[in-house]
Amino acid sequence: MSTVLEHVACPFCGCVCDDIAVEVDGGRVLKVKRACTSGQGVFMEYDPSPRLPRVRGAEVDWDVAVAEAAAILDASDSPLIYGLSSSASEAQRKAVALADRLGAVIDSTSSVCHGPTGLAMQAVGEPTCTLGEVRDRADVLVFWGCNPDQSHLRHLARYSANARGALTPNGRGDRTVYVVDVRETGTAKKADHFLQVAPGCDYEVLTTLRLLVQGGEPDVDVVGGIPVADLTELVERLKACRYGVFFMGMGLTMTAARQLNVAELFTLVAELNAFARCSVIPMRGHGNVTGADQVLTWTSGYPFAVSYARGYPQFSPGEFSAVDMLARRAADAALILASDPGAHFPRAAAAVLEEIPTIVLDHGPSVTAGHATVLFPTAAYGVDAAGTAYRMDNVPIPLSQVIETGRPTDEDILGRLIEAVRP
Amino acid sequence: MGERFTLISGRTRRQAIAMHKGKGSPEYHAATEVVEMNADDMARLGIVDGGRATLRTPAGAVVLTAHEGALPPGLVFVPMGTAVNGIVGTETLGTGMPSFKGLDVEVEPAPGRPGVPGGEGA
Repeated sequence: MSTVLEHVACPFCGCVCDDIAVEVDGGRVLKVKRACTSGQGVFMEYDPSPRLPRVRGAEVDWDVAVAEAAAILDASDSPLIYGLSSSASEAQRKAVALADRLGAVIDSTSSVCHGPTGLAMQAVGEPTCTLGEVRDRADVLVFWGCNPDQSHLRHLARYSANARGALTPNGRGDRTVYVVDVRETGTAKKADHFLQVAPGCDYEVLTTLRLLVQGGEPDVDVVGGIPVADLTELVERLKACRYGVFFMGMGLTMTAARQLNVAELFTLVAELNAFARCSVIPMRGHGNVTGADQVLTWTSGYPFAVSYARGYPQFSPGEFSAVDMLARRAADAALILASDPGAHFPRAAAAVLEEIPTIVLDHGPSVTAGHATVLFPTAAYGVDAAGTAYRMDNVPIPLSQVIETGRPTDEDILGRLIEAVRP
Repeated sequence: MGERFTLISGRTRRQAIAMHKGKGSPEYHAATEVVEMNADDMARLGIVDGGRATLRTPAGAVVLTAHEGALPPGLVFVPMGTAVNGIVGTETLGTGMPSFKGLDVEVEPAPGRPGVPGGEGA
């Protein structure tokens, strides 16, 4: 007989939608309601069949795999722990504890998504809010270099453009939506105003907006491909709004100016608060990448790219970030937790993971898992394990165990490794 | 010698759904081994919709299936994944972040049957 579980949280992306209904029967998921197509896949494509760990491709029991992984870590002079973002915060804490124990470098997928956002936050602060405030209050939204129409499929409906809240009973009808992007994305097609910025010109557009907020007059008609008249209209709209919110994405963090783009946006938002309430929320990708930043910051003081090699935490993006560590062959072993750098890193960095010993903890197949020296097929948080994930606005959301498979969690295996490695 | 373009890579709905099927699945190859281009750019280079294009950087080269997209002249878009990462370099400018967007790339028509996925970096 099947059971329907309500108010289940989806662990796929930074929206962590917690209104999902999951119908289960006998340890299998039968049906998922309200999740987006990406979220459906988390539950419906999950293979709950029992699996054993593997060492160099051969099945072994869990004790043998733990001993083999501990031997790899003990023999390593410079281990790298990477990933974290599709795991739960309980396991992320264990990953940091293991890094501390080993004197390892630890980095999360933040370094290849919103790492530059973290650098900007350290430099100028982040005037932010929760998605609940956006839903209830925001009447002007600006999506800059992000495309939730493709990346966060329920964001517009559940949290932002179309969401109905206390002061926005008409949803989309109570909001004005702007998109700033280099191309006309699906999100841009749904906006009231699309400002098409020339590639690589976000920084000067942001600087011009700051000038306009302060009452300055640019001596040109077009900046970064956008007419100054359009930028002036945006600034006037924001100065007069009840509650303005910017959402920003990889269009700012992956282009040339990286953290300087983001710092300029955060400063613009802070300065707008002299006229009207205004906030900014980074569009976080992985379901618990925000938790990875939170946990690393609580425990080490830094959000990513942390080395414990000297016995205390050191922060150095470009040095202790995983792509850089691999590209200059500074890691001689790696533990990859709940991520797939083999697929998502530049090929030259990913290839190094095929040469050094790797320990992989993941609930499903991946490019990285395919080359693992030791593979632990752990439970998936939010499916067959409970845990905590931080939504993109830093609100912790409990993840449910909707089916029981008996698989160990990432937290279990990391705890065993902490016990098994040499003190 | 190809013509110079600016490349951006990024998430697509199709790529995200295909990830659940596995990165070796036909769905994943079909979702990630494509390049979207401006229609006038494609016409000038002699690349037909559904035809193949070679994208080349100092990090490597990939052959992708080209489609017309809502892109300004000079800009090309490739979904994030193993294919595009064959041409993204490891330089992070001291931030940890490679240039997944805003990458200088050479584009030229590639021989081959239109619509056949795959390529050197696939």
